[in-house]
Amino acid sequence: MTGDRNNNDVLKPDIVISSRVRLARNLERYPFPFRMSREQSLKLLSEIKDIVIKSSATAADNFYFVDIQKLNPVDRQVLVEKHLISPDLAESQIESAAIISKDETISIMVNEEDHIRIQCLYPGMQIDAAWQLCNNLDKLFEEKVDYAFSKDFGYLTCCPTNIGTGIRASVMLHLPALVMTGYIRNILEACSKLSIAVRGMYGENTEAAGNMFQISNQVTLGQTEQEIIANITSVASQIIEQERTIRNELYKQNPYRFEDKIYRSLGIFTNARIMTSEECMKLISDVRLGIDMGIIKTIDRNTLDKIMLLTQPANLQKTIGKPLSPEERDLRRAELIRELIKR
Amino acid sequence: MNERVRKMLCQHCQKRIANVHFTQIVNNKKVELYLCEQCANEKSQFHIDSPFNLGDFFSGFIGINGASPYIHSVQQERLCDVCGMSYDDFQKTGKLGCGNCYKVFGERLKPIIKRLHGNVEHVGKVPQKLMKDLNAAREIEKLKEALNKAIQNEEYEKAAEIRDKIREMENKKI
Ligand SMILES: [Zn+2]
Ligand SMILES: [Zn+2]
Repeated sequence: MTGDRNNNDVLKPDIVISSRVRLARNLERYPFPFRMSREQSLKLLSEIKDIVIKSSATAADNFYFVDIQKLNPVDRQVLVEKHLISPDLAESQIESAAIISKDETISIMVNEEDHIRIQCLYPGMQIDAAWQLCNNLDKLFEEKVDYAFSKDFGYLTCCPTNIGTGIRASVMLHLPALVMTGYIRNILEACSKLSIAVRGMYGENTEAAGNMFQISNQVTLGQTEQEIIANITSVASQIIEQERTIRNELYKQNPYRFEDKIYRSLGIFTNARIMTSEECMKLISDVRLGIDMGIIKTIDRNTLDKIMLLTQPANLQKTIGKPLSPEERDLRRAELIRELIKR
Repeated sequence: MNERVRKMLCQHCQKRIANVHFTQIVNNKKVELYLCEQCANEKSQFHIDSPFNLGDFFSGFIGINGASPYIHSVQQERLCDVCGMSYDDFQKTGKLGCGNCYKVFGERLKPIIKRLHGNVEHVGKVPQKLMKDLNAAREIEKLKEALNKAIQNEEYEKAAEIRDKIREMENKKI
């Protein structure tokens, strides 16, 4: 029991959905992906794949290699919804790949905007662990290849917004109370002053569906990786504290109204026969809040996380096993939710 | 697909890689020319001496209807000698073509980088292979600052000591 509490203190699963660190790297001998010839892209792909396979005796069994060009649009979108590849890679027109660990914590994107994008994804507040893992993978590559690097600008990237450390550290936060009360606007303002970017769940240009916000560093040059990680951690901690305070305040002010809202959402969530993805995200947010506040005890967070992923359009079609029209999707979504909760 | 690679040979000598891009308006038509640095130098000489000799390069455009060419707005830009990108390409796309672009366009990129990141100096990790060199360079930089301070404070003995140390480190680097 104490172990569980400690885990809660460290991982903060009541608010932090996941932590992610991404490193952008390029090789010296090739032009950046959008200027590569087909031969060059293929050569680089096999070079990177080789390094991963030979990195350890078990690597070949621990990773799978996804040739993006050979993937159909739904399968590409499944990976985007799992945050294993970027929307940009899913739309890639050139020879590109993702090398994904079987436990889905590591994803190495090859020939995205940069030659290599090393990404590590952990549940809860584990940004430091994600950075350590990225750093180890980076060391593995730098032994074998010469990175494009300059003393002044650090790691050179296709877009100057990523130069220097090439690091993007992000934390996904669930902030329903801040949204409900409108305080989120103050948070967004404060973040922009600190050069912290705030986005929706699937990165740039996405809305904050289900009150999910992704906060990440904007500056990659002129700070060390440790400083960047520490900065994101400290900003995230402050947001988490505020969200918790407001949640408790709202509950204290009117517990019946608070519980009523949660139970109404739970009722629809578990009984509806037609459910759009938009409504689904809203209800998931309410139900999650209910679990976090100890109001809902019949559903656990893991089940809810699973529902959140499997009800996304591409994952839903993958689970059902065939392409679905939007109307069919809404029926199947409602059905799947009931089924997953029953289990 | 071949547009992805625009590393081309000089249109004049057909031998060396083109790294200067000329754009000019001739008879209201945009004419582009890719030359190597050497030919470009010769060409700009041409230009200064007698601009109409330029016509030799654009024989297709000149003499149409027998009119004499009307040339204005000659623009010359440097191309990256590894990937063939121009600064203009960067401004259009926000992307650079290769690591070498940062060398070629570095000075022009600095103000943009400064605006993006608030500064222009990398302080994060360095590939292990380059670590020794870079650490030495950073150390020398620090020593040079200390040297200036020592001289300002008229601590000449200390200054001499620091100078010897800098010399020693610089020799080791080579
Ligand atoms: Zn030439
Ligand atoms: Zn270049």
